[in-house]
Amino acid sequence: MSENVPIRFNRSLHWFAVLTALFTFLLLGAGGLVTSHEAGMSVPDWPNSYGYNMFLFPPSQWIGGIFYEHTHRLIASGVGLMTTILAVWLWLKDSRPWMYWVGTAAFLLVVAQGVLGGLRVVLADAQLGIFHAIIGQLFFVLTSAIALFTSRWWLDPGRWRSRRGVSGNPDRLKAELQLRGLRSLVLFTTVLIFCQLIIGATMRQQHAGLSIPDFPLAYGKIWPDTSAVAVQSYNEHRMNVVAENPITAFQIILQMVHRLVALAILVLMALCVGRAWRRLGRKDPLTKFALVWLGLIVAQVFLGAATIWSNKAADVATAHVLGGALSLVTGALWYIIATRRSTALTEIVPTTTISGAYGSASVMAANP
Amino acid sequence: MKKFMLLFVVAMLAFVPLTRAANIIGIVTLNGTPPPEVPYTPLMNDPTCGAMYKTTPTTHFYVVGPNHELADVIVSLKDVTGKSTGASQPPVTLDQKGCLYRPQILAIQTGQKLIVKNSDPCIHNVHCVPTVPGNPESNQVQMPGGPDLTLTFSKPEMFIKFKCDVHPWMFAWISVFDSPYYCISDKDGKFVIKDVPPGKYTVEADHRKLGAKTQDVEVKDSDVTVNFTFDVK
Repeated sequence: MSENVPIRFNRSLHWFAVLTALFTFLLLGAGGLVTSHEAGMSVPDWPNSYGYNMFLFPPSQWIGGIFYEHTHRLIASGVGLMTTILAVWLWLKDSRPWMYWVGTAAFLLVVAQGVLGGLRVVLADAQLGIFHAIIGQLFFVLTSAIALFTSRWWLDPGRWRSRRGVSGNPDRLKAELQLRGLRSLVLFTTVLIFCQLIIGATMRQQHAGLSIPDFPLAYGKIWPDTSAVAVQSYNEHRMNVVAENPITAFQIILQMVHRLVALAILVLMALCVGRAWRRLGRKDPLTKFALVWLGLIVAQVFLGAATIWSNKAADVATAHVLGGALSLVTGALWYIIATRRSTALTEIVPTTTISGAYGSASVMAANP
Repeated sequence: MKKFMLLFVVAMLAFVPLTRAANIIGIVTLNGTPPPEVPYTPLMNDPTCGAMYKTTPTTHFYVVGPNHELADVIVSLKDVTGKSTGASQPPVTLDQKGCLYRPQILAIQTGQKLIVKNSDPCIHNVHCVPTVPGNPESNQVQMPGGPDLTLTFSKPEMFIKFKCDVHPWMFAWISVFDSPYYCISDKDGKFVIKDVPPGKYTVEADHRKLGAKTQDVEVKDSDVTVNFTFDVK
């Protein structure tokens, strides 16, 4: 992602990319509401809505679950249009060849996502809903990355370098080079968050409500009984008004895995922040960014608990989905920005200096 | 020759009562206290649906009488297949009234018509979600005052879920049998499986929440009584 040739910052393109990312976030929220309200199949046809052209479906008929599903479709159409414009804009106005392909990838992904959403309805296949949810998260990462790639900062890294004075400061140089180890940790944490989102999407697409109704314990224990007799007993006592599928041992175990992975992510995040603090200093933008990320994860843990305590209230559960999306995007953008910084450094500092400094940095890290 | 034929018919008629079918009767009861039913709060939050009620209706997962009689238990002869008379039986009706499916527990035979009505002043989508191959999933719109929907199922299956995604609290569970030997316990917990031919059978009682129980019986020339007791664990 090196920019050897200066690229002129295009304010309109950048803000359009930001707007596309924001609308994608809104779309994720609308999709989350659809599943939280068990409304995914409330409009049985696609691409029409109750036989109407989607855009002409009378608002007077947007009742109950139809409101959530139809609104989701309309916002999705808007995001599809915006992504198409963005891709064409990038083709026409961005001189970086790789950005053509990023724009094309976004276009193809949004088309695939739309078709997948439609097929989930037409084929009535809940499993497709899992893929629909996961691709939605990836698409949000991609649109956010495009917003970053078209930003003034990304296009003018020299401006940032001169302000920080990296090249003339050996300590800063060491810190920058130690980013490499930190980047791996952040990447691992981000991938784990993505895995966590897959688990969450799988849980939500079971349409069985809460498989474990209490937190922090699980059916009053640290690890719940998942024997057939116990699961039968749980089902006898579940009195859900909606999402009335009986639960299974698999679903209970899945929620326990979700809890354990959440704990692992929290620990990893604390490690990321600690290392960033030590290596980059507390005033470094990446340290501050990592702190925001940690804050998001803490909020996300609270939202997960609130989802259970509220008996999976639709708005709380949807906020939990959005928190997951923000956590994933923050991790991904952190990694991309750190990579950009390291790349920019290798462009201005001689290789021998880097090797020497990196060696010293490694020793420092091993013997703090 | 005519006298011979007449004697033959009389002899056959005399023989019929000896091999006549019998009923399997009984009562289903519940041991223990079921969890309290849940109010349909989302229903009352819907302007159209909520306007049809003065007080909030509740779920009916456990319909229990004063002496622990348990209703809505499906009692059937296990593993009796290929005996369906569904095609010649009158249709069974499932109504959507007050933004609830009524009744919520039903049973039909393979090939028997299930008529789904919409008596409400709002849209519903009739979404049935079978899990046995051969019983296809369907999701059909039913406008207020719209024509009835007709569904049939070709494979036996317990508790096929019917839902309305417009109103996500609406559920019904339809069980499909490949014979006429089934019934649903009434509010007194009583059930009658009629006209069962003589033989040895396993009688199965299924409650959507409480699971299944079985008992072996032998039907001869008179009614057989089988009682079931479920426990809330």
